[in-house]
Amino acid sequence: MSALLSIHDLKSYYGDFQALFGVDFEIAEREIVAIIGANGAGKSTFLKTITGLLKAEPATVMYKGRPIGGLPAHRIVADGIAMVPEGRRLFPSLSVEENLLMGAFTKRAGRWDLARVYELFPILKEKRNSPGTSLSGGQQQMVAIGRALMSNPDLLICDEISLGLAPAVIKEIYEALEKIVAGGLTAIIVEQDVGTAKRVSQRLYCLQEGRVSLQGRSSELTHEQISLAYFGV
Amino acid sequence: MMIWVDAVMQGVLIGGLYALFAMGLSLMFGIMRMVNVAHGDMVILMAFLGLLMTEAFGLGPFAAMAVVVPIAFGIGYVLQRGVLNHTISKDPLRSLVVTFGISIVVQNLLLEFFSADTRAIASGGLESQSVALAGNLAAGVLPLIIFGSAVLLTIALQQLFGNTTIGRAFRATSDDPGAAALMGVNNAHVYAFATAIAIGILGIAGIFHGMRTIFSPTDGPAQLIYAFEAVIIGGMGSFWGTLAGGVILGITQAIGARIDPGWGVLLGHVTFVLVLLFKPNGLFPKTR
Repeated sequence: MSALLSIHDLKSYYGDFQALFGVDFEIAEREIVAIIGANGAGKSTFLKTITGLLKAEPATVMYKGRPIGGLPAHRIVADGIAMVPEGRRLFPSLSVEENLLMGAFTKRAGRWDLARVYELFPILKEKRNSPGTSLSGGQQQMVAIGRALMSNPDLLICDEISLGLAPAVIKEIYEALEKIVAGGLTAIIVEQDVGTAKRVSQRLYCLQEGRVSLQGRSSELTHEQISLAYFGV
Repeated sequence: MMIWVDAVMQGVLIGGLYALFAMGLSLMFGIMRMVNVAHGDMVILMAFLGLLMTEAFGLGPFAAMAVVVPIAFGIGYVLQRGVLNHTISKDPLRSLVVTFGISIVVQNLLLEFFSADTRAIASGGLESQSVALAGNLAAGVLPLIIFGSAVLLTIALQQLFGNTTIGRAFRATSDDPGAAALMGVNNAHVYAFATAIAIGILGIAGIFHGMRTIFSPTDGPAQLIYAFEAVIIGGMGSFWGTLAGGVILGITQAIGARIDPGWGVLLGHVTFVLVLLFKPNGLFPKTR
C-alpha cells in the first residue's frame, strides 16, 4: 500500500515562532486518518502547511510521489487536495450556490457536482439563493463540505468540522462524511473530540506542542495512552 | 426655470464621465482594499496615448480607443502583477505611498515626452454637434455618447461581477483571499485582472476626457478627486452606486456653476463633504 501523502520531518514557523518540530505523517489511499491534539498543539498549522497556506521545504511534503511543499495553495487544490477550513470560512457576499460553485473553480473532473451535493444535503438546495452566512451553523458546515467536494479532491481535509455545533448536528455531519468517503475518498479529520476522532478513523495521530506524541490504529489505542499523549504529563 | 433643467441635464451628462473615472477606483478598492492615487494620472496618460494615436497614426478617436483600451488593460495587468501586488498588506499606507510615487513618475514622463502644453484630441466636429430637445434645450452629442458608454459599462461590470466565474472569484477574493486560494483562485492573477479592467476602462474614459476638454500632464490629481468623490457619494461596492455618485457630483457642479461660475467645483466638494458627514457609507451602499 503506497502512501497518497507522506510528510517527513516537517518544521513550520510563524516568523520567529516555531510551531512544528519535525512532524512525520503518512496516509494511504482510501484511508481515514484522524489528528487530535489540544489547542495550540499545531494541528491547524500542520493542515495549513499541507494546503499551501504556509511555506514548507518542497521535499518535506510528498503527494502522489511528487514534492508539493511550499507550492501556492491554488496549485495544491488543483492537484486534488481540498480543505474544509476551520470556522468554515464561507464567502459572505456569495449565495449558497455561488459558494459551492467557487469550489468548482479548478474545474477538476470527478463525480461531484451541484446535483450530487444537493442530493447529499437537500436543505442546501432549498436555500441555494440565500447568502451563505445567513444559514445555521450546521448548514454552513454543509456548504463548506460541499464546496470542498466540488473541487473533486482525492484527499479531503476537515479541520474541526464539529466545532461549535450541537451534538445532533455533529452526528448528521459525520453520517454525511461516512457516505462521502464510502465513495472512494481519502480523508484527514482533525478533531478536538477524541471519541468522534477514534470512531470515524482507521488510524490516529496525536500532536502535542508541535510534535507527534502518539500514533497507531484507532481501535487499538487505549484511553490512557491518548490522554497521556494529549495533555503530556 | 429652463436654465436649471438645463443645468441638471448637463450635470447628468458630465456625471457619466466622472463615473467612467470612478469605476476602476471603486473596483480596485472593492477587491483589494487598495486606493490607487495614480488613477487620475492614468486618465491623463490614456488621453495622451489617444492623442498619439490620432496625431501620429491618423486614427479617428474611436479607432484610437480600440487601440488604447488593450494597451491600458496590459498596463493595468503588469502594474498590478509586477508592482502593486507586492504592496498589498494590512497596512494601507504601503500601496498609498507606492501609487503616489507612480503618480509623480507618470506626470513627469508625460511632461518629458509631451511638454506642459495643453492639448486636445480632435473628434472631427463631434464636440460641437448637439441634439435639439423640447423647450429650447440641447444636449451635446459627445456628452450623450459618453453618458451612454458609462451606462453600458456599468451594466457590463455588474454582469461580469454577478454572473461569471471570474466575477465570483473577484467577490470571493474580496471576502477572504485565503479561502479563495483554497478554492484554487490565484490571487495574484485575480488582482492583476481587476486592475487591468480598472485601467482598461480608463482607455475609454481618458480619450473621452481628451475629446471633451483640453488636458495637460499635471491634470491627473484633479480627475482623481472627482473620481474619489463619485465613489464616496455613491457608496462602495456597487457600480450603479458609482454611476449615481458621478451623476450627483455632476449635477451639483452644474447647478453651482449656474449660481456663480466660481461655485461649480466648490459645490461638488461641499456635496461630497455633506455625504461623508451624514451618510459616510455613501448614498447607495451594497445591500448584502
